[in-house]
Amino acid sequence: MPTETAPFRPIEAGSQPANDTPSYGSTHLRHPTRLALRIPQTVTETTGPRFTPARFSSTPDLSMTNGKQALGERIIVRGRVADEDNRPVPHTMIEIWQANAAGRYDHPDDRHDAPVDPHFRGGGRVFSDADGWYQFVTIKPGAYPWHNHRNAWRPNHIHYSLFGTGFGQRIITQMYFPGDPLLALDPIYHSVPGQAARERLIAAFDIDITAPDWALGYRFDFILRGRNATPTEQG
Amino acid sequence: MLVATASQTIGPYWHLIEDVTWADLTRFGAKGNRIVLTGTVTDGAGTPVTDAAIEIWQTSPAASDIFPAFGRCRTDGTGSFRFTTLKPGPGNAPQAPHVAISIFARGLLKALMTRLYFQDEPLNETDPVLSMIEDAARRRTLIAQKVSAAAWHLDIRLQGENETVFMDI
Repeated sequence: MPTETAPFRPIEAGSQPANDTPSYGSTHLRHPTRLALRIPQTVTETTGPRFTPARFSSTPDLSMTNGKQALGERIIVRGRVADEDNRPVPHTMIEIWQANAAGRYDHPDDRHDAPVDPHFRGGGRVFSDADGWYQFVTIKPGAYPWHNHRNAWRPNHIHYSLFGTGFGQRIITQMYFPGDPLLALDPIYHSVPGQAARERLIAAFDIDITAPDWALGYRFDFILRGRNATPTEQG
Repeated sequence: MLVATASQTIGPYWHLIEDVTWADLTRFGAKGNRIVLTGTVTDGAGTPVTDAAIEIWQTSPAASDIFPAFGRCRTDGTGSFRFTTLKPGPGNAPQAPHVAISIFARGLLKALMTRLYFQDEPLNETDPVLSMIEDAARRRTLIAQKVSAAAWHLDIRLQGENETVFMDI
């Protein structure tokens, strides 16, 4: 049984994007050109911050602001946070941010000519429960143009940030929606080399999560890096 | 066995989850050797990276109810970040005192991981991670320079000349 300071296993080949991804223009001047230095994992890498709802309040309903409903299609997103050994990751914080239903972020740098919704801010956080399950309510985000290439549009997506139990497990990712025709054209989605790994970023419509007469439900699971069975050396 | 979820870029709009107080790791009342860590992030053309999220994590002093040992700070319009924290101490031995850094930004599809070490720490000479870097100039990309009694500064270069040493963990 891995302990909470055991080192993380190596990354599965093809499961993670490379920072040098030429089809995504912003990478050109930002990706390192030197090979990353593979270092032994010490307690600095195998442990990480802990967040509690007592100090970092949970906001499980992004679809309401000041008691008012945001415009757009209300959805429920539910899933499980587990590691590569399918062990649940309980009581872990999930940060969430996204565009509104019109494809506009409530952010000063977003100049897309689409309306801001005064009742949708688009940022929040939830915690997984004792068995690793999380759930939140939001508005389905709209697609929006960006200037990566001619007529470039991001597929509908929700951004997530998770910490897990160690700094080596830290992950920021995006969740996509099934059947989105823009996925085939999106260089960020396609930065993940393996098809299976890519498709795991697409949520599944789930009738059991869907709330009758209220909101469609989507299932999306997070898998964090697994740990080796042997503990790391101290120091 | 399952496979870990793929990383995607943090993008330019991550400030929707930003809480600017997170840049001060002493905000819950932690007492000790209080220091300021500043730095800049520049790209391969030397242009400041103005939309990055810089995160730090340290295991010395240990995290507690009043010391999260974790901070996040945006880079501003000049590519600069600024943390207030407690100076890592002997709790890191035999490693030299250090702070782990993760950099997220538009154009980075996954985090860049690196470390900040402190100028003039004797343990820098024997630190197991620093010792893996043979080129002294490369090693220096990880060592923050002391700019005043309680302030250190580190410039991070994502690409090109004096490119920071990034780590695969």
